[in-house]
Amino acid sequence: MSEAAVSAPYARTLPVAAKRPRRWHIVVFLLPALIVYSAVMILPLIETLRLSLFNVVDGQPAFVGLANFRVLFGDARWAADFWNALRNNFIFFVIHMLVQNPIGVALAAMLSIPKLRFAAFYRTAIFLPTLLSFVIVGFIWKLILSPIWGVSPWLMDLVGLKSFFSPWLGKPGSALIAVSLISVWQYVGIPMMLIYAALLSIPEEVIEAAECDGITGWGQFWKIKLPLILPAIGIISILTFVGNFNAFDLIYTVQGALAGPDKSTDVLGTLLYRTFFGFQLQLGDRSMGATIATVMFLIILAGVSLYLFGIQRRIRRYQF
Amino acid sequence: MSIARRSPVRTGFVHLALIAYTVIALFPVVLTIINSFKTKNAIFRAPLAPPNFETFSLTGYQTVLTQGDFAGYFQNSVIVTVVSIFFVLLFGAMAAFALSEYRFKGNSLMGLYLAIGIMIPIRLGTVAILQGMVAAGLVNTLTALILVYTAQGLPLAVFILSEFMRSVSDDLKNAGRIDGLSEYAIFFRLVLPLVRPAMATVAVFTMIPIWNDLWFPLILAPGEATKTVTLGSQMFIGQFVTNWNAVLSALSLAIFPVLVLYVIFSRQLIRGITSGAVK
Repeated sequence: MSEAAVSAPYARTLPVAAKRPRRWHIVVFLLPALIVYSAVMILPLIETLRLSLFNVVDGQPAFVGLANFRVLFGDARWAADFWNALRNNFIFFVIHMLVQNPIGVALAAMLSIPKLRFAAFYRTAIFLPTLLSFVIVGFIWKLILSPIWGVSPWLMDLVGLKSFFSPWLGKPGSALIAVSLISVWQYVGIPMMLIYAALLSIPEEVIEAAECDGITGWGQFWKIKLPLILPAIGIISILTFVGNFNAFDLIYTVQGALAGPDKSTDVLGTLLYRTFFGFQLQLGDRSMGATIATVMFLIILAGVSLYLFGIQRRIRRYQF
Repeated sequence: MSIARRSPVRTGFVHLALIAYTVIALFPVVLTIINSFKTKNAIFRAPLAPPNFETFSLTGYQTVLTQGDFAGYFQNSVIVTVVSIFFVLLFGAMAAFALSEYRFKGNSLMGLYLAIGIMIPIRLGTVAILQGMVAAGLVNTLTALILVYTAQGLPLAVFILSEFMRSVSDDLKNAGRIDGLSEYAIFFRLVLPLVRPAMATVAVFTMIPIWNDLWFPLILAPGEATKTVTLGSQMFIGQFVTNWNAVLSALSLAIFPVLVLYVIFSRQLIRGITSGAVK
């Protein structure tokens, strides 16, 4: 977040403040945003955290302390589902970090070459999938990877790899990887754009100084540019983390609420949906839904805090 | 200088890599659109060929337009998105002005409070949001969606807009005060017009997640009358899985508005990102 957020020079408004002790316009300016934000976002969030400590006992809502969490982690059926979803979610995140972000950095590095022709076209085209909804992206890839249509085997035949084709989305061993890669395909534009912006903001003099010292090409990228864009990479990592541990739409579209085959693509978002709303024979369970949401909240909070207090402060920022 | 150093071979490889990735990015979209104009036989026999006189067909679109109420879904999406953006911009700019212009007790605390929502997704409160909407009788109304999306968009809007409002000259505002303008007039007549570019950036950033959201329409407004395009196409395609013409046409119809908006706003969007609006 911005360091200068609070320290702007306000001395000028002070005397005015002293003359008019109640400045109602401040309240008027703040109130609408505060009301909507608090009523629809913050209070429900707190209420959800609170609900995770309650359950229905003998038909009456009752405070049960941490019993819901004990069920989630202790009950064999719940725990199996939960740890499975958490593990899948973690793999989902790792694939994004290992595939999406390096590709994004590489594309940005190429796009930021000065006087590269058609750069604007490449940029616009590569960013397009990011704007499509998960529903569109999910179904398109479902069709392309479908063995019925035969587009993928046909394409792989062109490069002589037809024998490697298999219905990836339908196999428990490969479904999660396939879904992750679809999501990577969609979101590669975001790291690309943010890194691109960071690369553009490196001043010309720094690059020229490096060139005078004989550091060019790959060496220049690794030794000069990469350290300078580390803060941007940090932001991308935390955005990826929050987005991934909150993912739902794509998996729901491609694999359904059951996150098949055999729950191999189940993540916390789909588990929350199934628990809260129920599916097929299972009834919706509000308390357990709130419990899973609370666990997701704690995971995301832990990740964000780790970033804000552990990583962001240690990354050296260079001021030009 | 950098031109002289860069060999044409290297530039060639760079272009090759970028073209390859551009193809990967566009191929699925193009494939969907060209096949949506073909007969079923042609879709399967030659999926990569563009439609010609023999294979051209609009049966898919006919099915979609007669079976699903896409015009209605589209209207719902437009209403929800436009109204939410309006409130996000209005309320967000007002709060951002208060935070960046006045010094008062709890200013930075208020800023932090509003910033929580940038990192913590609103989805985690779904259980209680649904409960609240049921209690308020707002389930299956567009109002429910508008409220949720306004709350969802506010944190980032306040954050970005207050950064920009700090850069508006103090002299200008003081001149307005000396001329007897009220604080409201200073905000609406002096500051708002000056931060219009930032407002456009915020509008684009707010629009994309709202238009594409599946979670809240599915949970808060799944009724036929309030379905958005995203939910509508999700359900429609789910019903017509085996009708390839219909599925491809529905997908193309869902892509189309996004494509048009992107062509109009891509410059704004890319400038917004690269000018460091999201730091």
